[in-house]
Amino acid sequence: MKIILPFFAVSGIAAVIYIGVKVYNLQLVFGIILPYLCFILALVGFIARIIRWAASPVPFHIPTVCGQQRSLPWIRSSKIDSPVTGLGVLFRVLGEVLFFRSLFRNDRANLYGEQKRIIYSSDKLLWVGALLFHWFLLVIILRHLRLFLEPVPSWIISLQGLDGIFETTMPGVYISNVFISLSILYLLFRRFRSRIRYISLPADYFILFLLGGIILSGILMRHIYRIDILDAKAFIMGLIYLKPMVHEGLGAMFYVHLGLVSILTLYIPHSKLMHMAGVFLSPTRNLKNNSRMKRHINPWDYPVKVHTYEEWEDEFKDALKEAGIPLDR
Amino acid sequence: MLKIIAGLVCFLIILFSPVGYNIITGRTYYVPMLKVPQGDCVESTVYMRKRHMEVLERWRNAYVRDGIKRYISINGIYRIGLTGTCLKCHSNKAEFCDRCHDYGGIKPKCWDCHHIPEVKAEK
Repeated sequence: MKIILPFFAVSGIAAVIYIGVKVYNLQLVFGIILPYLCFILALVGFIARIIRWAASPVPFHIPTVCGQQRSLPWIRSSKIDSPVTGLGVLFRVLGEVLFFRSLFRNDRANLYGEQKRIIYSSDKLLWVGALLFHWFLLVIILRHLRLFLEPVPSWIISLQGLDGIFETTMPGVYISNVFISLSILYLLFRRFRSRIRYISLPADYFILFLLGGIILSGILMRHIYRIDILDAKAFIMGLIYLKPMVHEGLGAMFYVHLGLVSILTLYIPHSKLMHMAGVFLSPTRNLKNNSRMKRHINPWDYPVKVHTYEEWEDEFKDALKEAGIPLDR
Repeated sequence: MLKIIAGLVCFLIILFSPVGYNIITGRTYYVPMLKVPQGDCVESTVYMRKRHMEVLERWRNAYVRDGIKRYISINGIYRIGLTGTCLKCHSNKAEFCDRCHDYGGIKPKCWDCHHIPEVKAEK
């Protein structure tokens, strides 16, 4: 049920768009109104969420480190895994953003030996799968820039040429499309394993199916249900300069692709896809490990009104004396 | 807080940079216009717009690998050949092929082997 529900949700969205465009000619709704609405709501939601995060104080100084802390000059310290400088933190966060450093460590518990000792190791396959997915997603987004930029910069054409270096068919298969499909399938099937299925929620599957749908519709559009790429670009240029127009050369598959991307965009601020911003804001990663050098004051601290024992004793001095209780003063 | 706002602003600048790029280059509403020659192409215009690359690939494979020299379509029988057939009507690469390919960021490999036709002076 956890798997079937999101699957049908995504297929349902795709089917509604497909039928809407194919049968009822609702290009205006799914090609123009839906993208604008989703983009604006997503932008507002995204900014609002960041502001909300930024406004929340960090009560404790909580870097989690995995290296020797800087102490005495003759003890070698780990400058990036236990950073004390801003530069060290920068490299640490970059390592996290670009190479998923944390995912390469201690995210899998295994029982070893006769005593069944628990040993944490890294799930290398997950790390590789996630890395492939994200890097090829970047390549694909950059490739799509040819539909947003006029004239097309030469580096995009070079990237495209490199990505399509295996000229197998006409139009050529992109390496990025192959690898992103493989990695999304891996990330999906990973969740079917019993231990991970147990902790997976419908939202986890929904994102995977949504991304899968986008990838599938994009590949279908390139290789089977071909669209006129010039109309696609003219359509997108119209969208971004607020002069939207419905073009004839765009098949239903284009609107499915665009619609699913719009839904994904809309979904970003309300889902764990916010990790794209959150990764920069992890207090365990972006703080310096200098809590022994500098005092971190809790921003929530305020002057607390206290009532000391001395004051209390003064207040009840007579009653205490009467009862024979020894007094401090 | 300030750093986060700065990061957010950077993100928004990157997100909207394509909008600024096209305004700077001044090609915001540019759409390529083609000089379409008179008469019928080997297939319908709509088909050719979407699938001419597949036709050309089929032609290449048919001619080079299988030795088939004629292409029969609804519009007639054509001799297979880019230089001999296509370029007879679409003689100006810069004003025909390149217009759309540049717009779409496409670099076809035709001209790795094929000779780029010289543009005949217009009468």
